Amino acid sequence: MIHETKRATIFTRRALLLMGGQATFLGLLATKLYQVHVDEGGRYATMAEENRISTRLMAPPRGRILDRAGTIIAGNRLNWRALLVTEQTASPTETLGHFARIVALLDHERVRIEREVVRHRRFVPIMIREFLSWEDMAKIEVNAPDLPGILVDVGTTRVYPFGQQLAHIAGYVAPPNERDVGEDPMFALPGIRVGRSGIERARDEDLRGRVGAVQLEVNAAGRVIRELDRREGQQGQDVTLTIDAGLQTAILKRLGDESASAVVLDCRNGEVMGMASNPSFDPALFNSGVSQAQWEDWTNNRRAPLINKAAAGLYSPGSTFKMSTALAGLDAKVITPSERVQCPGYFDFGDTRFHCHAKYGHGGMDMRNALKYSCDVYFYEVARRTGIDLIAVMSNRLGLGTDTGIDLPGARRGLIPTRAWSMERGRVWNIGDAIVSGIGQGYMQVTPLQLALYTARVASGRAVVPRLTRAVGGIAVPGGRAEDFPLLGLADRDLKIVRDGMLAAVHEAGGTAGIAKLPDGRTLMAGKTGSAQVRRVTREQRERGFNSETLPWEFRPHALFVAYAPFDQPRYALAVVVEHGNAGSVSAGPIARDIMAETLARDPARPDITPQRVAEQPVP
Amino acid sequence: MRERGLYGTTSFGLISKLWSINWIFVLLLCTLAGIGYAALYSAAGGAAEPYAARHGLRFGFALILMLTIALIDIRIIARFSWVFYAVAIGLLAAVLRFGHVGKGAQRWIELGGLQLQPSELTKIALVMALAHWFHRASWERIGNPFFLILPAIAVAIPVALLLKQPNLGMALVTTLVGGAVFFAAGVRWWKFLLIITPIPMAVQYAYEYLHGYQRARIDSFLNPESDPLGSGYNIIQSKIALGSGGMWGKGFLQGTQGHLNFLPEKQTDFIFTMLGEEFGFVGSVLLLTLLGAIILGGMVMALRCRHQYGRLVALGISVNFSLYVFVNIAMVMGAIPVGGLPLPLVSHGGSAMLSIMIGFGILMSAYVHRDVEFSDGRNDS
Repeated sequence: MIHETKRATIFTRRALLLMGGQATFLGLLATKLYQVHVDEGGRYATMAEENRISTRLMAPPRGRILDRAGTIIAGNRLNWRALLVTEQTASPTETLGHFARIVALLDHERVRIEREVVRHRRFVPIMIREFLSWEDMAKIEVNAPDLPGILVDVGTTRVYPFGQQLAHIAGYVAPPNERDVGEDPMFALPGIRVGRSGIERARDEDLRGRVGAVQLEVNAAGRVIRELDRREGQQGQDVTLTIDAGLQTAILKRLGDESASAVVLDCRNGEVMGMASNPSFDPALFNSGVSQAQWEDWTNNRRAPLINKAAAGLYSPGSTFKMSTALAGLDAKVITPSERVQCPGYFDFGDTRFHCHAKYGHGGMDMRNALKYSCDVYFYEVARRTGIDLIAVMSNRLGLGTDTGIDLPGARRGLIPTRAWSMERGRVWNIGDAIVSGIGQGYMQVTPLQLALYTARVASGRAVVPRLTRAVGGIAVPGGRAEDFPLLGLADRDLKIVRDGMLAAVHEAGGTAGIAKLPDGRTLMAGKTGSAQVRRVTREQRERGFNSETLPWEFRPHALFVAYAPFDQPRYALAVVVEHGNAGSVSAGPIARDIMAETLARDPARPDITPQRVAEQPVP
Repeated sequence: MRERGLYGTTSFGLISKLWSINWIFVLLLCTLAGIGYAALYSAAGGAAEPYAARHGLRFGFALILMLTIALIDIRIIARFSWVFYAVAIGLLAAVLRFGHVGKGAQRWIELGGLQLQPSELTKIALVMALAHWFHRASWERIGNPFFLILPAIAVAIPVALLLKQPNLGMALVTTLVGGAVFFAAGVRWWKFLLIITPIPMAVQYAYEYLHGYQRARIDSFLNPESDPLGSGYNIIQSKIALGSGGMWGKGFLQGTQGHLNFLPEKQTDFIFTMLGEEFGFVGSVLLLTLLGAIILGGMVMALRCRHQYGRLVALGISVNFSLYVFVNIAMVMGAIPVGGLPLPLVSHGGSAMLSIMIGFGILMSAYVHRDVEFSDGRNDS
């Protein structure tokens, strides 16, 4: 019994020790519980709140782009898609196999789907196929029992009914890139598209609309438990353009196969009625992703289909610049309209001889005739007297070589050289440089849009600003009436002589632009041809009897034409540039004539247009 | 009627046995299981299915089993100690060979449609085997180091098997339970020190050989925020849930973290968090008090036994229960690395409940038969 007592004593002692240990542990646990529950409670409570509520955004439908008559230029089409929810099928591979028997899947599609199946959580729908036809959809629905986990749903996709014809203006949309995503949480939405060029980009914020949001209660796996709150999004606003889609179609048709561009402006309010650049591209291709081959085809094409030549193509203005030179000379009072300059066919300055396009000269030229015959020597002389800086100031005033202010991204500024510009590049400005600038050659680079604007300003005498947007969400964009634009501040007398010269070029016998007379025979049009050398004509060539038509295509000069009509009450101004089209009178003139005729024919105020009626007409 | 002076008699009547069952202790266990029912009801989002109903059913069955065992004479139970031990070790070995792999370890075995985790039973069997060994040991023999070799091996075998699974937490708990029995049997302090001292070195050495997930557990324990979506996720979510419960809790069925599945394994290992979120600090402490009362009850019953086997078995089982409690609660608060131990009688899971209740059955049998004459096989008893 002794050892039993001893064992019991020791047991009791040690059991009590263990109990003490257990009590200590329980005490420690209680302390720690207090710390977690109460001391840090507030912090964790906040974390719990964040844990549980997830805000999901809903993509709003994108606003449409309409032409001035309300015709849809860019709209939305329902896009039927087949999705796969992995967790709803026992075997995704089997389901896909069934699916492929109904709607054929390409190898690269399979690879993508399999990759996404692995990458996403099991309840996240994975896109199998977009743009399902009605027939395919019906087939999928009929076979639904064999296709567990396959879900057909509808989204929207962007459509451009005019396709290539308005691609450069409407622009295109594409999925947002990483830079966009950081900007706005909306960009993280699947199926959201961002305007990448044209109006789609310029008016992206209006078109995009306001994103809707749903507050969802989610669990740790991200699965939705219930909806807590819903804020409906707002559909993007429709953007109405100044473009006349019918005119646009006609212009492109007239441009045919030429690598060319044309811009038609309303002289009074700057509205762009048509702006065409040929060749073009199909904007819908950007929506789903452009293939490498297609992209290379576009970028390697020397006719540059992706570039909107009307606003971003840079050309020397050539003889179309002569009105600017004339106005600069008149404004600087270095010449009067009636002063005659002798044209022997060349102009010598120092050791350099500058040629006129008329080999044997025009004889004595006043300003009106110099414009009519497009005498180079006359404008060499005016430019020499005026100097490049004043020429640059005048051409900028007329809209050349400056920002036109158009609401179209990618429009370029071009360049009118000045002495300061030349100095910056470490080059001494020669008077010779100014002399060739007088006929729009040399360093000068302008866009067709600028040429049209320049013509409109000459025609109206106002600092018209071009614009493409008429209304956003049905509300007219402010501005856009003639009175909204300040006068250029040029003397009426000066403007009149230039306008007369342009009229004479078209309508008087011997005028260089005679080919462009309007077919109706009674509407007067003022116009000016131009041709811009792509490379310098050497003396050797000149002596052999130079003919630009014998040159390879890419070395031929560009053909230009600017015009406005009707002459007595200017309404429309246009510019046409045919790349490597040789002389403006030959290729660009007839195109300009036909476009102007079409524009006038589409004018709602025709046929009995009178000065009074135009004045009374409310400007839309 | 209960007869007090029964020391020396071999058996007493069924009625008096029932009378001598510690009903207060049974009531405490029922309360705990009731809390478990409520917690599982909440874990299922306010439904008896799929957890609570089965929990209740299992407990009912386990309760009957426990009371039945409590009525079996402790001496009969003692006689089968080593048999149980052998069976448990056999099952543990079988798990390694045929068991199901779950969460990176082989722990389960399927027996006639029943999923069994033998590691739970092993600890009870180990306690019984050790108690049986020390029951026969005089004070002098305990002092003899060679006498301790066999029980040490008896501990080492299941521990080795558990490490092989690998189930680090359970191996540690098994070692501690075995150690507690050694300690209570009167093994000298210095012998423990001899074993414990080299442990830190061994731990460092072992860390090198740990499984990636085990290392991750330890690493994420040391700094849970370092990998919030990886292995630290559970601990962070658990702390968020507890902390958001605050002092008074969000109310029954009102816990968001648990209901929204932020809480991992809320019906098993993290059931305490579930309760803590809904009932706050006050609820947690009340639950802790109840658990403490059960531990205390077990220890007191051990102290009141008049034979060494009963004492040691009751103590070992109580210590085992208390280790479950400590490990589980410390784990959900992020005080120790996640161990994968359930909260007994509250967590969903049949295996743990069954072995806990079997253990308590034996404990109560020891208490009911605390005064029986139980020869230790020596002449002088």
